Parts: sequence; structure tokens; C-alpha cells
Amino acid sequence: MKLIEVILESFTTLTLNKTRTALSVLGIVIGIGSVIALMSLGQATQQSIQNQIQSLGSNLLTIQPGSSQSSGGVRSAQGSRTTLTLEDAKAIAASTDITTINKVSPEYSSRTQIITSQSNSNTSVIGVTPDYADVHKVSISDGVFVTQSDVDSLKKVAIIGPTVVTNLFPDGSNPIGQTIKIKNQNLTVIGVTVAKGGSGFNNQDDIVYVPLTTAQKQLFGVSYLSSIALEAKSTDQMTEAQNEVGYFLLARHKITDASKADFSIMSQQDMVNTLNSVTGTFTTLLAGVAAISLIVGGIGIMNIMLVTVTERTREIGLRKALGAKKKNITTQFLIESVILTFTGGILGIVFGILTSFIIAKATSSLFVVSLNSVLLAFIVSAAIGILFGWYPAKKAANLQPIEALRYE
Amino acid sequence: MKNQPIISIKNLSKIYKTDVLETVALDNISFEVQKGEFVAIMGPSGSGKSTLMHIIGALDKPTVGTYILDGENVENLTDDELADIRNRKIGFIFQSYNLLPRITTVKNVMLPMSYAGVSRQEREATAIKYLKLVGLGDRLKHTTNQISGGQQQRVAIARALTMHPSILLADEPTGNIASAQAEEIMAIFQKINDEGNTVVMITHEPDIAQHAKRIIVIRDGKIVTDSSDHKQKVIKDQKI
Repeated sequence: MKLIEVILESFTTLTLNKTRTALSVLGIVIGIGSVIALMSLGQATQQSIQNQIQSLGSNLLTIQPGSSQSSGGVRSAQGSRTTLTLEDAKAIAASTDITTINKVSPEYSSRTQIITSQSNSNTSVIGVTPDYADVHKVSISDGVFVTQSDVDSLKKVAIIGPTVVTNLFPDGSNPIGQTIKIKNQNLTVIGVTVAKGGSGFNNQDDIVYVPLTTAQKQLFGVSYLSSIALEAKSTDQMTEAQNEVGYFLLARHKITDASKADFSIMSQQDMVNTLNSVTGTFTTLLAGVAAISLIVGGIGIMNIMLVTVTERTREIGLRKALGAKKKNITTQFLIESVILTFTGGILGIVFGILTSFIIAKATSSLFVVSLNSVLLAFIVSAAIGILFGWYPAKKAANLQPIEALRYE
Repeated sequence: MKNQPIISIKNLSKIYKTDVLETVALDNISFEVQKGEFVAIMGPSGSGKSTLMHIIGALDKPTVGTYILDGENVENLTDDELADIRNRKIGFIFQSYNLLPRITTVKNVMLPMSYAGVSRQEREATAIKYLKLVGLGDRLKHTTNQISGGQQQRVAIARALTMHPSILLADEPTGNIASAQAEEIMAIFQKINDEGNTVVMITHEPDIAQHAKRIIVIRDGKIVTDSSDHKQKVIKDQKI
């Protein structure tokens, strides 16, 4: 009997007991479906984080105070040290040894309460120089950005993000020219930035920009920087730039052992990699949990196949009496279980894609389904059919025809 | 070689062993069946006739002795080789018909041929031919639970004939059938036998055994009588 005929016959057999077939398939549907849904969810998260970071500039280097590696003892939170100064930034910009850096943006950022006559909001305030806009790809939709003369004269002006506009001016009035209060100082709004997107911890639109000197001296009373952003001349020179600046700063800070550096330099790619590995681990973990449900589904299939073999003992005996070899019986029952899991696999893929599509729509996040996970689901579902169908099929094939024919 | 027997059984015994008990089901049996015979094997329950039927049908192997079926020694064969012998040489007819439920009569009759690798078209044509032969030409599309017991047994006979077996082996073929229909079955057997087929039938009913040409009676695992002295009960003018 040809394989295609066995397959058709198995389909007929399986449709004879529809409820049972449907229920045993359901286990696989849920298993495969949740693997697909969770994997695509993880990939979507990864993709959206990656996009967001890339939108900040792909040739961006960030110098932060504090060491990148802990060298024993208690390590304080990054940014809490005071080793980076405006002079460092100026020296980097002025150095003739550094050839790979285009622009230098010294920054001081802190979270604080912003107050207007209408409302108030807890927002990130960043002290910047004009180069900030180029380095971080910030565009102005209305008004102007910080100028060099603003920085030089410690001008009390602010440029605010669109989220800040809606938070502080809920009545929709034009924010330009209005006064906002930060740390008891009155600042005049001179510009609004273009929306960049992002959410949660990394909302690029919930920021107030002020001149760096204003932030340091007028608002927060500090002399150090929280970071220096550097724009490399090209993305190919990132590593080179990282090294040049690194050695320059080590020399400037009179540190001979690189492992004791009081700053760290991270490229945008480093951040992407770090976040990728975090989300990757998370995705694997979720998929692992889903895989457990797949195994449970497989055991369900095995259970049903064992019941089927017992129920059809007489049929097996008859088939063997009429000339069926062990191979014929094994094939017949294996195909039945593979059909069960394969059907479950296909339905599971549809169910999984649909679920992740609905989640993506509901949370307005990215919708990503990789071909890999679909292929994997196909292979896994067929493999589960063979794996969990093997024992029942062997049991059927090894029945003695006389015993099987006598079975009532 | 002209008169090579279809069944040749010599000094055959079958002993079932458990840890504490030895049961002798067949005790040193010898007999031969020639081509074209119609043999009834009779005996009360427990006489060993079912065991004999299993051995003749290559469903079981003898403990001692030889069994040569149509020139092939059935000793020392693997399960799969026995399956092949059953497929080619034995046409089984069971007391409880043993048809596959919920599929059509044609598909049931096709089953042995499918294990012999016969093409689908040929299987279907052969199945229809034999179903017509047993008088079920108008029941081709019926499933097996839509027809009567007698008709089911006729489907089983059609199924047994498709592979042109060396012997047609029937185990209590009329055991579950009303007597009128039992006559029909016997008529078919006689017709098949008239066409030159060898028929071996196991039964405990003397009345049914009378339809055969030769009757072997066994009791306690031994052959008591083996004769063709009775007058065969021939069914005439039976419409099938």
C-alpha cells in the first residue's frame, strides 16, 4: 500500500472520532501557538528597541564617568561620579591627536520637577551645547535650539519635547515665549522639538533642554558632566574612535592602568548588543515555558494513541492475520499520530501568528513573525508525532495476531 | 510431484507451558489434505481444534513436528515471514467476520491485496468481481454495519478469495448466523470447492460438517476419526 493511501486512510480513521481527535490536537495547537506567539513577541521587542537606539544615531559614542568593570569593592551607580568635566570635552574637541571625531556634545542631565502656571511634571532636564542637536539628531519643529551665545551667557531658556508640551500646557496654548519654573528659576521656552517616539524609560519626547552652563551653574550647582556624547566621522571608525578617545582621556586623567579608568566609553552598537542579549535571554525563557506546554500536548497525543491501540486490538489482529507486516502496522499508527500533531502544528502556527498580531495591534508595537520560528514549529510538531507515537505504534506492531483476534 | 499435498502435517504437537502447568493442546497429529478437498475439522470445545486452526493458518507455530503448507515449511519463520505466508496462501474466514467497521464492503475486500502491493485499480476491480461472485453486487457502496450477518460473512468470503489462496480456512463460519443464512454460506463453500479450491472448515456442529466431503474429528488433541464415508449434504438450486 502506498504511503499516500495510508495517509488518506488515516484521515478517514481520525475523522471517525471527531471530538477525541479535536481535543488531542488542541494540546498541540496551544503548545505550538504559544511558542510562535511568545517568540514573535520577543523578536518584536528586540526589533523595536533596536530601531529606537538606531534612531538616536548609529555613529554615536557615549563617555560616562565611572569604570565599565567593577574592580572590587562597591561600585557606585554609573553617572554618580564626578570625573568628567566640560574641560575634558573641550580638550577632546580641540585635540589634534583625535582625528575620527566629528562633534563633541558635553551633557549634564538630571530629573526634576517642572512647574508652570497650569501644571507640573517630573521630567528629564538636559544641559546641552548646540552640537547636541546634530549628535543626537534632534530637530526643532517650532522656535530655535540652544545657541553658543545662550551657553556663553548662561541664558535662562529652554527647549521642550512634545510630551512636555502636552504635560505642561494641557490647554493647547503655544508654549513659545511662556515661562516654566525649574528649581525656582524662571526659564523662557524658545523651542519645541519634533516627536521622536519611544516610551517608558527611554522616552525621547519627554525632555527639557537648557544651555549646559545654565543647567550646571544656575539650576543644579554642579561643575561636572553626566556624559559626553561624541559623533564619529563614520560608522566604520567606531572602534578606532573609541580607542583614540579612551587613550586621550586616560592620559588627561593621568591613569596608566586602563582597567582603572574613571570613565567608560560605549558605542551605540554596544548598547544594541547588550539589550539584544537581554531580550534574547528573555525570549528564550518564554519560549522554553511554552515548549513545556508542547511536551504536555505530546503526552496527550501518546495517551490517545495508546487508547486507540487498545481499542483497535481486534483490527490490528485482523490486519496481521491478513498479511500486514510489523512495518505496515507501525507506519499506520505513526502516520495517525503525525497527522494529529502536524494538523495541530499548522493550526498552532495560525493561532500563534494571530495572537501576536492582536497583541501587536493592541499595544501598537511591531508585528514580527520570523520564518525560522514557523519552520521550527513545523519540524517540532512532526517530531513530536514521531516521538510520542513511536511507543504506541510499536506496541500495536508487536501484538500477536491470535491474542489480538481473541481480544474482546 | 503431481500429488503434492496442500497441507502436510507430521507428528505435530503443541504444548502450552506456564510456570507450573503444561497443557498438551495437540498430541502427535499427522494428516494430509490434497488440493481440491473440502475438509471439516470437528470436535467439542477444548478438543484442540482452534489450536490446529491457528497452526494451519500460520498464526501460531507448532512445538514439535513439521507442517508443510503448499510446499513451504512453516517452521522457523519470523513474524513478518509468517505474515507473508498468511497473505499469499491462506484465505481466512472468521466466526465473527472481522470486517473493519464503518468502511465500505469493497474497501474491506481490498485489504489483503493492499498488503501484497497490488495496485489500487486492480484491487478495486478484483474486489468488485468477488463481491459479485458471493452475490453482493448490489452492496458495493454499503458499509459493513449496514448489512446483515450473513451478508457480512459473504464479504469475508470474498475477502478470503481475492489472493487466490492455497486454502480457504474457515473458523466456525456459521457460528453467528441464522440457519437459513448458514445454508447460503455452505452453498458458496461448495461452489468454491467445485471450482477446484481447497476448503478447510473448523466447526463443532455435526450438521454443518455434513456439507464437507471429508470429516476429521479430534478430541483431547488427538485425531479420533478421519473419514469420507458420510453422504455429503449438497445444497442445490441455491440462489446466491
